[in-house]
Amino acid sequence: MPISRLKGALALTAAAALTLGLAACGDDAKPAADADGSASDKKITLYSGRSEKLIKPLLEKFTQQTGIAVEARYGNTAQMAAQLLEEGAKSPADLFFAQDAGALGAVNKKNLFAAVPSETLNKVPQSYRAKDGKWIGVTARSRVLVYNPALAPAADLPKSVFELTDPKWKGKIGVAPTNASFQAFVTAITVQHGEAKAREFLKGLKANEPQIRDGNGPILEEVDAGKIAVGLINHYYAGEIAKERGVAPESLKAKLHFFPNGDTGALVNVAGVGVLNRAVNDADVRTFLDYVLGTEAQKYFAEQTYEYPVVAGVAGPTNVPPLAELTAPPVDLNDLDGLQATIGLIKESGLTP
Amino acid sequence: MRRRLHRLAPRPWLLIAAAVAVVVALLPLAYLTIRTSEAGWEAIRTELTSPRVADLGARSLALAAVVTAACVTLGVGTAFLVTRTDLPARRLFTILAALPLAVPTYIAAFTWVSTVDGFEGFWASALVLTLCSYPYVFLPVAAALHRADPAQEEVARSLGRGAWHTFTTVTLPQIRPAIAGGALLVALYVLSDFGAVAILRTDTFTRAVFIAFDLGFDRTGALVLSTVLVALTVLLLAGETLTRRRGARYARVGAGARRPHTPARLAALRWPAAAALTAVAALAFGVPAVNLARRLAAGVSRPGSLTEIATAAGNSLTVSLAGAALTMLLALPIGLLTARAPGVLANGLERLSYLTHALPGIVIGLSLVFFGINVAYPLYQSVWLLTLAYAALFLPLAVAAVAAAAAQAPPVLEEAARSLGRRPAAVFATVTLPLALPGIAAGAAMVFLTCMKELPATLLLRPTGMDTLATELWTHTTVAAYAGAAPYAALLVLLSAIPTWVLAARTGILAQEGTR
Repeated sequence: MPISRLKGALALTAAAALTLGLAACGDDAKPAADADGSASDKKITLYSGRSEKLIKPLLEKFTQQTGIAVEARYGNTAQMAAQLLEEGAKSPADLFFAQDAGALGAVNKKNLFAAVPSETLNKVPQSYRAKDGKWIGVTARSRVLVYNPALAPAADLPKSVFELTDPKWKGKIGVAPTNASFQAFVTAITVQHGEAKAREFLKGLKANEPQIRDGNGPILEEVDAGKIAVGLINHYYAGEIAKERGVAPESLKAKLHFFPNGDTGALVNVAGVGVLNRAVNDADVRTFLDYVLGTEAQKYFAEQTYEYPVVAGVAGPTNVPPLAELTAPPVDLNDLDGLQATIGLIKESGLTP
Repeated sequence: MRRRLHRLAPRPWLLIAAAVAVVVALLPLAYLTIRTSEAGWEAIRTELTSPRVADLGARSLALAAVVTAACVTLGVGTAFLVTRTDLPARRLFTILAALPLAVPTYIAAFTWVSTVDGFEGFWASALVLTLCSYPYVFLPVAAALHRADPAQEEVARSLGRGAWHTFTTVTLPQIRPAIAGGALLVALYVLSDFGAVAILRTDTFTRAVFIAFDLGFDRTGALVLSTVLVALTVLLLAGETLTRRRGARYARVGAGARRPHTPARLAALRWPAAAALTAVAALAFGVPAVNLARRLAAGVSRPGSLTEIATAAGNSLTVSLAGAALTMLLALPIGLLTARAPGVLANGLERLSYLTHALPGIVIGLSLVFFGINVAYPLYQSVWLLTLAYAALFLPLAVAAVAAAAAQAPPVLEEAARSLGRRPAAVFATVTLPLALPGIAAGAAMVFLTCMKELPATLLLRPTGMDTLATELWTHTTVAAYAGAAPYAALLVLLSAIPTWVLAARTGILAQEGTR
């Protein structure tokens, strides 16, 4: 008994000490809050909805060259947008680097973003930035149909994404309806062809018993493995998976098909950045924007993340046709913020719970 | 012998401490109330009255029911085998049975999907969730079985009752609180799980909540949906309360120390039983381990430097230990209150601590963001707030363990100590705490393991730049860098094994019966 008594007392003391100790370090670890940030303090805080694996090496180069330290938080784009909305004006963030334009639009709607300087904006084509100048695209990605030639020969591929509702594709299409890029694509159908067409397409797609997956990656893996014939994904996943396998993207069994003639199935969307209001005058933030839109960073994205650069004069990834040769649909990314209606449509179709 | 408890008036400090703990657990509820009321009645009505909500509710409850039944069978069976029989390698099986808590459901589901073709849907989710969560039943039940007085069973046997009859009429009532508590935790966990149901495509409420965040960044819709999970929790709590017998207490009151149990001879069943437990462990760890190893061999991505891995491991251990310590500190008063001074007030406080347990991690995380930004800004994005989030998330795990252990400790011992002149604090430290220690250890083990793998709230609340094993795992898997992810997954399970072993040993479950 005396021994277990001692143990009990020890356990309790240890617990209390640990708790108190943490309380003490908690005070040191306050979020950095520089009052107005107009001067350069050689430090910025970045909320990244993009993966640490992809972004961190770039940030390290940036710090090396400019001496500006980047405090980076990584998370899922949608959940990070929710966090920013919850933080409001008290957010410690200077910048939000989002995986897609929709998330930037959602944060912008709550007036949390400051205008990006016009000389920075002008580096990027108008179609890849916010109309009000509150966010700017950094890289572009195209929607594609990934296919396994053994199951779906190139000659049989549809000319338009709308042909996928044909019964001959029954059970053969992989889709990720909960993915933000799929939603943006459905919104684009509404913008380009009207809501009736979007509803009809989703209904037809659902009737074709698609293989629903949690994300683009699993769809690509299964198409590559010959388990699914075709799938609707973003183009850069092929590069990612090939990189993990240590092979060239061209050597994958899965191939990419870009829908021609301005078809909605070839929607080009962006990953981009918004500047939070608190950093409106922060010189370091401007330096950062100039850096990610500069040649070195744009080249990094093309080579390491297989995305399209949005700045003129930088070559795109080698495994896909150049951005200029794609016939993207005439859809303004700014019009893609009517997401509530799209979500209604997707839910109504039964593709998501 | 079972005896009715005479009520004690709750001590004021115990009540205050319990109330503080409940406030922590209810932070998310306050947040939900604020945000959903902003949505307006019209939006709430549209969101909640669709047939889809009824459908999601039915499926969520069905999944919870199936998984809970399976976990009770598996958890109680395993606990009995390792504590009461001459099963070979009992220490090993005890650790193996506790460890699945360290396997995140998103990893388990992901590896199952890529191992078995067409593995998806309701039953797939039920299997993965059962394998990952039966320790919620196993740990408290093993502790209860270990502490139960063998004399009562021996009396029953000597009076002519058969082994099975003795088990159902004498042993089972003694471990009933532990089973019911564990089952409730499993059910609530199933309701809150996102990892398995997302990958295995089972449409439950939590999946719908996460999808609402993703689909159009619909925070309000997601939060309105979350309120249904609180309503489902109330249903489950009511159900569990019905299984309780008021004031029932199962403890020996005689003098002296409890004798160890004489292990039941499994005879011909000894090796088949060991094979069955090995099979369960193979399904729970083997499938993920083999798949990750295969991906490690096939992939070329690599984890960060050794320093990065060590830092992540250190961070995981620190925040999880802190989370477990704070959670246990908050849980003790609630557990003691319900065990020592049961009544409307105590039971009410204890039930309240469960109320938010079925909420998904993202909702708890956002509510702590809200709390940090608006109330405790100096703590925002500090380890301290993350620790508080763990306490809010996992308080019921600890409360259940403490209450079950305290219910097995006879209050007459404390009364005797008091009557002999010991002060309440001394009685607590020298009588109550040692008696409740197995429960506290089991609870701490569960909270620790659950903290180690927690992801959504950790991502929202961690100090900027701090990586844990779980966040590193997530970082690598989101870009298909599975080979780089594998070492983090392995380390997550390995590091969880050490404290599990220590705690299991302290609990006494590991002590070889009859050999001391």
